[in-house]
Amino acid sequence: MTTFEKWLAAGPLITDGAWGTELQNRGLAAGEVPDSWNLEHPERVEQVGAAYREAGSRVILTNTFRSNPIALAASSLEGSTEALNRAGVAISKKAAAGQALVFASMGPTGKLLMTGDVTADQVRGAFARQAAALAEARADALVLETMSDIEEAGLALAAARETGLPVIVSFAFDSGRKLDRTMTGATPEQAARVAQEGGAAAVGANCGAGPAAFTEICRRLRAACDLPVWLKPNAGLPKVVGGQVLYSETPDEFAASAVELLSAGASFVGGCCGTSPDFIRALAKRAGACVSS
Amino acid sequence: MSEFGGLYDAILNGDQKVSVALTRQALEEGVEPLDLIHRYMIPAMDEAGKRFECEDFFVPELLLAARAMKGALELLRPRLAASGAQPAGRVVIGTVKGDLHDIGKNLVSSMLEGGGFEVTDLGADVSPEKFVEAVRKTGAQIVCLSALLTVTMPSMKTTIEAFRQAGIRDQVKVLIGGAPVTEQYAREIGADGYGGNANVAVALARQIVAAAS
Repeated sequence: MTTFEKWLAAGPLITDGAWGTELQNRGLAAGEVPDSWNLEHPERVEQVGAAYREAGSRVILTNTFRSNPIALAASSLEGSTEALNRAGVAISKKAAAGQALVFASMGPTGKLLMTGDVTADQVRGAFARQAAALAEARADALVLETMSDIEEAGLALAAARETGLPVIVSFAFDSGRKLDRTMTGATPEQAARVAQEGGAAAVGANCGAGPAAFTEICRRLRAACDLPVWLKPNAGLPKVVGGQVLYSETPDEFAASAVELLSAGASFVGGCCGTSPDFIRALAKRAGACVSS
Repeated sequence: MSEFGGLYDAILNGDQKVSVALTRQALEEGVEPLDLIHRYMIPAMDEAGKRFECEDFFVPELLLAARAMKGALELLRPRLAASGAQPAGRVVIGTVKGDLHDIGKNLVSSMLEGGGFEVTDLGADVSPEKFVEAVRKTGAQIVCLSALLTVTMPSMKTTIEAFRQAGIRDQVKVLIGGAPVTEQYAREIGADGYGGNANVAVALARQIVAAAS
């Protein structure tokens, strides 16, 4: 049994929710790169991780979603790639306090391979550099999140696997009439194939839509490969209330449908945009009730 | 299609090298620029748009088709200008302040250029002041604002307010778009339109120009 299988042996794990909005509640300005706080305000970043651990997260991520050197170059921070990633893991490990696993977050480059804006070598090199720093700081696993392009995901997966850590690949299905395609048109079946062929430890979906839409995505991912499934839906769809953009579901509504994803066979369930520790608390409570009933 | 039917295919398949080479050859053989545009180029972009609508094309295919169109159009532009032809309209586009995402904005920008618009692309993280300055400088009739994050969407509102304060709100129509943006949000912040995708953005821009002329 691999380490990864051992983690799941006792049943599915509740992960965490959104970090960006939690950091904004603690003073992060709009437009500021959230990851820069790993060096500037590590104690506030730690508060977010600790809040999720206290809410019931058994896996927490790291504040390193944008710490890919290609993405960091947009804000001239690529020179801090190693420092930001290492600090991100150290902060989350402290927040986890031995009660939660720390999976390190890796987001897309933000550039398209297909249009020639970046080369495959640049993409592979960028992910390898980030993954090496995250592994050096002893993350438990790596999570490639919010991926759209299966080619970029494949390159990122190969680069991340060089660390020897388990790697999860999670896609954002936010396009197409049924919200079952990524921005570049990839289907759950194609995503599952790239994950399985690339040796991922799990395949998943995050962002995109609310939890209700994820049941079908979960079913399709599971039918297309035999990897464990990782799911982090948004808190419904965004709507405008008094000039503010809010997600439409309450913690209870979210938890009621998210818990269905566990019944649908997901191994990891948490939340993405619009979720907070309250959402995870509600989900952990319902999930606990399901297990014991 | 005649001997330059390959131009239609090159644009639809997003092959900029071939689209440019065929356009150059056509010009050398004395084919009228407007003939190329109306017989091959616009129909190719219309077909690309249709394929996008029926989920045969996604963002990258559309972006490549728009770039192949743009490459061909650049060759034609000097001749069109010499013959007194005007662009379809002038547009200023950018991702609003605080937001670094540019894939969607680039797509809309390329599609507008492919549609014959003269586009001033200000890039990402663009301050309201920069938008105001660009509108003044270019005399644009249309401004397109993009945001991918819910937290940067309010910058769209502050940009529209900056147009008002600068006294140029009535000179421009403001179109907004981006994953979390909605029609309702456009109404709430006083934008003139919302495009759910790049096709819709081009259609809206054409409507605005048609209504003004």
